Amino acid sequence: MRAQYPSQTVGPFFAFALVREGGNVLVNEQTLGERITLKGRVLDGDNQPVDDALVEIWQADAQGRFRHPADPQHAQADPHFKGFGRSGTTGEGFCFQTIKPGPVPPSPVPCIAVRVFARGMLIHAVTRVYFSDHDNTLDPVFAGLDPARRQTLVAQRCELPGGVVYRWDLRLQGEGETIFFDL
Amino acid sequence: MSESGHKGVLDWSIQPPYLHAPYVATVRRAPHHPLVPLAASLMERTGPVYGEGDIGPLDHDLTKNAAKNGEPLGERIIVTGRVLDENGRGVPGVLIEIWQANAAGRYIHKNDQHDAPLDPNFVGAGRTLTDEKGFYRFISIKPGAYPWRNHFNAWRPAHIHFSLIGRNFSERLVTQMYFPGDPLLEYDPIYQGIPNTKARSRLISRFDLETTQPEWALGYRFDIVLAGYDQTYFEPGGH
Repeated sequence: MRAQYPSQTVGPFFAFALVREGGNVLVNEQTLGERITLKGRVLDGDNQPVDDALVEIWQADAQGRFRHPADPQHAQADPHFKGFGRSGTTGEGFCFQTIKPGPVPPSPVPCIAVRVFARGMLIHAVTRVYFSDHDNTLDPVFAGLDPARRQTLVAQRCELPGGVVYRWDLRLQGEGETIFFDL
Repeated sequence: MSESGHKGVLDWSIQPPYLHAPYVATVRRAPHHPLVPLAASLMERTGPVYGEGDIGPLDHDLTKNAAKNGEPLGERIIVTGRVLDENGRGVPGVLIEIWQANAAGRYIHKNDQHDAPLDPNFVGAGRTLTDEKGFYRFISIKPGAYPWRNHFNAWRPAHIHFSLIGRNFSERLVTQMYFPGDPLLEYDPIYQGIPNTKARSRLISRFDLETTQPEWALGYRFDIVLAGYDQTYFEPGGH
């Protein structure tokens, strides 16, 4: 066995290397599925917006398939959807243009994998986001979480004139601290 | 890390904690609740797959990929190594993105106000993919140390930031590569945030005469071991 290498902070100056134009847009015109915007803020222990964080998401396509060989159905995955996005935060937060993923068996409800990096975090934090218009207690992971805290993983659906927006704030610390996972 | 016997991907005797008070910015950004064990679902066992089409021909050469009217100033370096998994196997197809300050210790980022010159021929960002055996190679210039305001007279040791995206969502590492013999390492709360000396020292690259090219550039070797879910089934002929 080789010993794994330690993480170090992404620091404040990553944007010119990691945040590319369009990196937060996961869809093109041909992508299948319901267009959604996933947006929110990253908040610190003083409830202040973190304006230099990096948020990454990974999700299934509209049919619940991943374009990756570990998915037995990857050959049928939407060729117009890669499933990975990155957004740097500003004072307004992060924002992704994506589609609502399909549920991935055995879960009957959809969710998105999320990872956050920032100056002041020596190692990233991993979480998930679920959707307010589903019964998330049917998901085996969600059902096992502390009922007093698991709402921190639920994005609120807002149907706005410009389209469907899911709002979700990620709180690093303090009241309403987001659940983070030891993956 | 948990009472349930869950063995996560990360080894917390090696990985830095969220809260490390000498690094002041951790104090208001460190989660206070313990991490919740998560057994990987298909979502965490998959991830973005990259190919040659995602990389441009000069992306790995930071001395050329932003050159306007000449070569960047500073000591030319070759940084090369192999990305391995915890079983010692080379990991192919890893997207490695790097970024760094220029030779004077200045980042091109708009928020870097360090009173040191920018270099018109250097941006300091590069990317590459590991080959089928896990090897990678960058050409750059040696970054300078730079001051920061964590505490009085704080200076970051010279470093290159590395971001690695491996074969699935779990195989992800953002870290920093340092240079051998740097006296600033001893005073750096980011480097010292790693809980043990041996783990820390793995982030120090090794000067390598084999990699060094006569009359042209100094060579540094930096291998990286990625934690992540076992991917044996992913390999051709795997069962």
